[in-house]
Amino acid sequence: MFYYSWVMRWIWIDKFVEFNSGESAIAVKNVTLAEEHLHDHFPGFPVMPECLIIEGMAQTAGILVGEAKKFKEKVILAKIKKAVFHNYVRPGDSLRLSAKIESIAPEAASTTGTVTCPDKIGNKLIAEIDLMFSHIDQNLAGKEFPKENFVFTDTFKSLLQGSAFKTVKG
Amino acid sequence: MTMTMNREQVFEQVRTVMVDALGVDDEEVKPEATLMGDLGAESIDFLDIVFRLEKAFGIKIPREELFPAEAILGNPEFVNNGRLTPKGLAELRAKMPHSDISEFAKNPDMSKFGDLFTVGMIVNFVENKLKAA
Repeated sequence: MFYYSWVMRWIWIDKFVEFNSGESAIAVKNVTLAEEHLHDHFPGFPVMPECLIIEGMAQTAGILVGEAKKFKEKVILAKIKKAVFHNYVRPGDSLRLSAKIESIAPEAASTTGTVTCPDKIGNKLIAEIDLMFSHIDQNLAGKEFPKENFVFTDTFKSLLQGSAFKTVKG
Repeated sequence: MTMTMNREQVFEQVRTVMVDALGVDDEEVKPEATLMGDLGAESIDFLDIVFRLEKAFGIKIPREELFPAEAILGNPEFVNNGRLTPKGLAELRAKMPHSDISEFAKNPDMSKFGDLFTVGMIVNFVENKLKAA
């Protein structure tokens, strides 16, 4: 029970607002003072840690890549090719994480992405994040990995299923 | 997109790819530099490099073309006790015409196979692909 609720919380996107199977996706993440870590990062000046913004992009892009292969293979984040940050993210900000598949091959996929904050004046560019994912079954066939290593828990699949978007069935 | 590029131009593009993929400086990317030993490339970097080369030169690089080792390693006719047999060497020569394996052939220990992957070898590979296109 405790394990399940711990896994439930490691989700850094709230919903998908756009999903084009095999091509691109846009997810939204709302930043709230209810997120415990903000009170330590930093006391008196809460800002969303960049690593969690990268995690949100990894989840957005990872689901995009996984769905492109109908979730048949385990997808893991293998390389952060680029992560450039331009502005802070504060509580109350609503982030838009936009990911696009750049290349996709049997053993890996490459994505580009931007994080913006539409509510802020000028639709502020928060970050540019390019990632590389590895398809585990194509690279390490036969090895066993613990469940928590993977992007896709049922929580993520339900994010997609709960959205209005038609995805590849299967 | 076939374009006539001379070796110098190919080298410059390959160098940009290596700098972007591996986070090394321009000066470190010399023709004789090995990708793994000198430039610190790991397996995921190879995939990144392949994607970037495909994009930069408008070519398609099937995995087995650049990394024939996988097919060779599994075959007992080609590899014995971690070393290439004469048959294995012949297979390697055929599969990697873009690589100078004469030094490696003197002591074909597969644990040293990575040393064949130099910047110059990648430039040769790209040149061959561009000529064939």
